[in-house]
Amino acid sequence: MRDKQRHVPEAVERLLDSTLESVDSAEELAVRMAQRAGFGEDDLIKIGMAVRESMVNAVVHGNRYSANRKVRFSVSNGADRFTIRIADQGEGFDLENLPDPLAPENLLRTSGRGIFLIRSFMDECEIRRLESGGTEVTLVKYAVSK
Amino acid sequence: MSVKLNTRQVGDVTVIDVAGRITLGEGSSALRDALRDLVTRGHKKILLNLGEVSYIDSSGIGELVSGFTTVTNSGGQLKLLNLTKRVKDLLQITKLYTVFDVHEDEAAAIRSFE
Repeated sequence: MRDKQRHVPEAVERLLDSTLESVDSAEELAVRMAQRAGFGEDDLIKIGMAVRESMVNAVVHGNRYSANRKVRFSVSNGADRFTIRIADQGEGFDLENLPDPLAPENLLRTSGRGIFLIRSFMDECEIRRLESGGTEVTLVKYAVSK
Repeated sequence: MSVKLNTRQVGDVTVIDVAGRITLGEGSSALRDALRDLVTRGHKKILLNLGEVSYIDSSGIGELVSGFTTVTNSGGQLKLLNLTKRVKDLLQITKLYTVFDVHEDEAAAIRSFE
């Protein structure tokens, strides 16, 4: 939760290459903006991790590191909410069939926890298939806890 | 800073001191390589000291699970030492905290190996 009295609107958008360096730079940018927006240490860590996991999904699973595919990354610091959008140009995936990482039979799987962590760390997480192809993830952290 | 690994021997227990970030890429692959190398060389008692780990992502968690499985399947034991609050919280929300044998004191951890 942040102090709304300190709010100064800010918005950025970047078109990023499908590389792990882009994952790092997106995380750093989002955390810096969240810091300026007044979020505390716990929220900064959660926002950073949610962005990292979403970017990894976009770069690795969506765009498959393709030099021809980009990741559209935007962050906006609104009055009531801090919003991050990450869109890839990949083939998409079936959200309905994602295995539950907390199910006993899945606990020792070496992957499949990213989206679970994103949802745990953010107040809202919407994942949708884009008409133009690709997947867009919208992450929201509230300025004031509901 | 990515990850730094330092391996030392305490009796018949191999301790890996891990520092930095265990994330997709160099961090998680370094840990994977180190654990597989130890298993290949016959090490059965491995203690991962995560006290200086500042950050771990889902890929890093996956490497901990993979390491646990690799060591266990070879007849060995992999235990964790000195979890930071951040890593402990992550293992708790992913329900992995009870999967691992976690210790806060190195001497006690060393003694706990059979």
